[in-house]
Amino acid sequence: MIQSKRFMFKLMGMSTVAAMGFAAAVSAQATDITGAGSTFAYPSYTKWAEAFKAVGGVNVNYQGIGSGGGMKQIKAKTVDFAGTDAPMSEAELDANHLVQFPSEMGGATIVVNLPGIKANALKLDGPTAADIFRGAITKWNDPRIVALNKGMKLPDLAITVCYRSDASGTTFMFSNYLAKQSEAFKKEVGTGTAVNWPANGVGGKGNPGVAASVQKIAGAIGYADFPDARANNLTFVMLKNKAGHFVAPTQKAMAAAATYADFKTKTMAPDLLDMPGKDSWPIVSATYVLSYEQADAAKQKAVKDFFTWSLNHGQKLAEDLGYVALPSSVVKLVEARMKEMK
Amino acid sequence: MSEVSTHDLPQSNQTTRGRLFKLQDLAFHQITMVFAMIVLVALAGILISLGHQAAPAFKEFGWGFIWGDVWSIPDEKYGARIAIYGTLITSFIALLLAVPISFGIALFLTETCPTWLRRPLGTAIELLAGVPSIVFGIWGLFIFAPLFSNHVQPIIQDTLGKLPLVGGLFAGPPIGIGILTAGVVLALMVIPFIASVMRDVFETVPPVLKESAYGVGCTTWEVVWNIVLPYTRVGVIGGIMLGLGRALGETMAVTFVIGNSSRLPASLFSPGTSIASTLANEFGEAEPGLHISSLFALGFLLFIITFFVLGVSRWLIYRGTKKQGK
Repeated sequence: MIQSKRFMFKLMGMSTVAAMGFAAAVSAQATDITGAGSTFAYPSYTKWAEAFKAVGGVNVNYQGIGSGGGMKQIKAKTVDFAGTDAPMSEAELDANHLVQFPSEMGGATIVVNLPGIKANALKLDGPTAADIFRGAITKWNDPRIVALNKGMKLPDLAITVCYRSDASGTTFMFSNYLAKQSEAFKKEVGTGTAVNWPANGVGGKGNPGVAASVQKIAGAIGYADFPDARANNLTFVMLKNKAGHFVAPTQKAMAAAATYADFKTKTMAPDLLDMPGKDSWPIVSATYVLSYEQADAAKQKAVKDFFTWSLNHGQKLAEDLGYVALPSSVVKLVEARMKEMK
Repeated sequence: MSEVSTHDLPQSNQTTRGRLFKLQDLAFHQITMVFAMIVLVALAGILISLGHQAAPAFKEFGWGFIWGDVWSIPDEKYGARIAIYGTLITSFIALLLAVPISFGIALFLTETCPTWLRRPLGTAIELLAGVPSIVFGIWGLFIFAPLFSNHVQPIIQDTLGKLPLVGGLFAGPPIGIGILTAGVVLALMVIPFIASVMRDVFETVPPVLKESAYGVGCTTWEVVWNIVLPYTRVGVIGGIMLGLGRALGETMAVTFVIGNSSRLPASLFSPGTSIASTLANEFGEAEPGLHISSLFALGFLLFIITFFVLGVSRWLIYRGTKKQGK
């Protein structure tokens, strides 16, 4: 997801792995654990691993190979834990004797490039956003956009929809949110990691591609995950949430959404989209960890220690990277769930 | 050295040496043949595995896969027409721009360029050929596309866009990313290939032919058009086809600037997609099943198209050489 950063982290990761190899050769006592999966979680997991090594003395090696790859690896029992953005179903967890819990959250934002319009100035609601992103509203001075932004001078400019051309979890989250807002969007564009965007759109490869398109095309509207949109200084749009309030995309508003969700299920994966509450940002989703119900005791302990430390002390590191911390009530639930790992 | 040693050697020893040489020759022949066979085996292997993986898609959609203009991942409906169209149109635009420019470059370098400038210019062209395609892509997206959208596309719309028949080709918002941009960036990428081949073949024209033409009072243009070009036609076609082959398969640069839209483009300003860019975008996270299979089928079609282009160029060259023989 966070491609430019990912590359840097990869380089850093490689040197860390090399250093780890060296350290392992020197002292063989430390337990090493290996994880793989979600590229969205990659920057934070590697950051946590680096910090945790100093505290817990455990080497955590995480490879961002994609959520699908992570699931395959954990089913094949080749890793100690897996990261995935799409949660596993209860039936699948039972069949593979796996434990699942969230580790952190992230939000998607809508960004625009409109001459003279500043960040968090333009207001949209879900149905209007859905009609823009399915190509039904094609001009910025469309009466429906004007009605939501009384007093704002909107130009007679064509709308260009910017989207991800590669399959992405951000697209998954965003298309599911818009599909909830509009039946027509659900039918024409669909939901998934790659969908049928309208003809007045351009696809960019990766978040940097979308950011570049939005920045370069006057009249562009696009979506990007919060860290990348913030890093590229893109112009955010306020969205009307379920409670009828217009909210700006902030980490606080994204965290607020999670307090309304019920994590007390087997999958611990409630739908976080369009949550009630007047402060909630409507496009939020979590990323999940998969581990075994039963495995090598030392490794299981290391996995538990790593995530217990991360959830209690690592969230600040994740927030600096643009992620959203889990509410403390959810952290307690996760800690209880990890007790099931033997 | 060997001559001296064979002189000193007795007869029987010489025959053993001879046999050894023969054996060496045979081994050498065999080994190099194996090397050459690797190419054939790899080619056949690629074709077979592509065809094998693509089979489910061809079975599901039949010939409709080639003509279908819907590429929808959520609905699991796949058709290649938009990608084929994008591949062919961008390559065509690239050749349309690159062939005359390359011809000009080669002509200047071989006929009218001052000697001191020849080497640096020739080297610069070869260097341009060595620039990685991703660099062209990034440059195209961040620098060329904004310039193109602000300064070139509006002018095109005000001039060519007003013409009755071709006007429609330049309709739509000038966003700087799309089929035409991809074609222009591709043209820049293939110019060095075509230009250096053309320069090399222009240099093979015997000076006596050119000198006699100049001698009877021909202008430089007449010499090039009537002497150089007919003499080197085969090589020139070969160079153009080399460029076309590169344009058809170019992936990263096109992915950056074509706009990656799986809708039939309405004009040259619209975003589109090509076979190679679709593969680059979707292969990484494609779902097993029909999606993966359809991507393999696209790869298979690109293979066929490239094969066809190469075949045509061979035929043109063959025809050219036959004519020359007469």
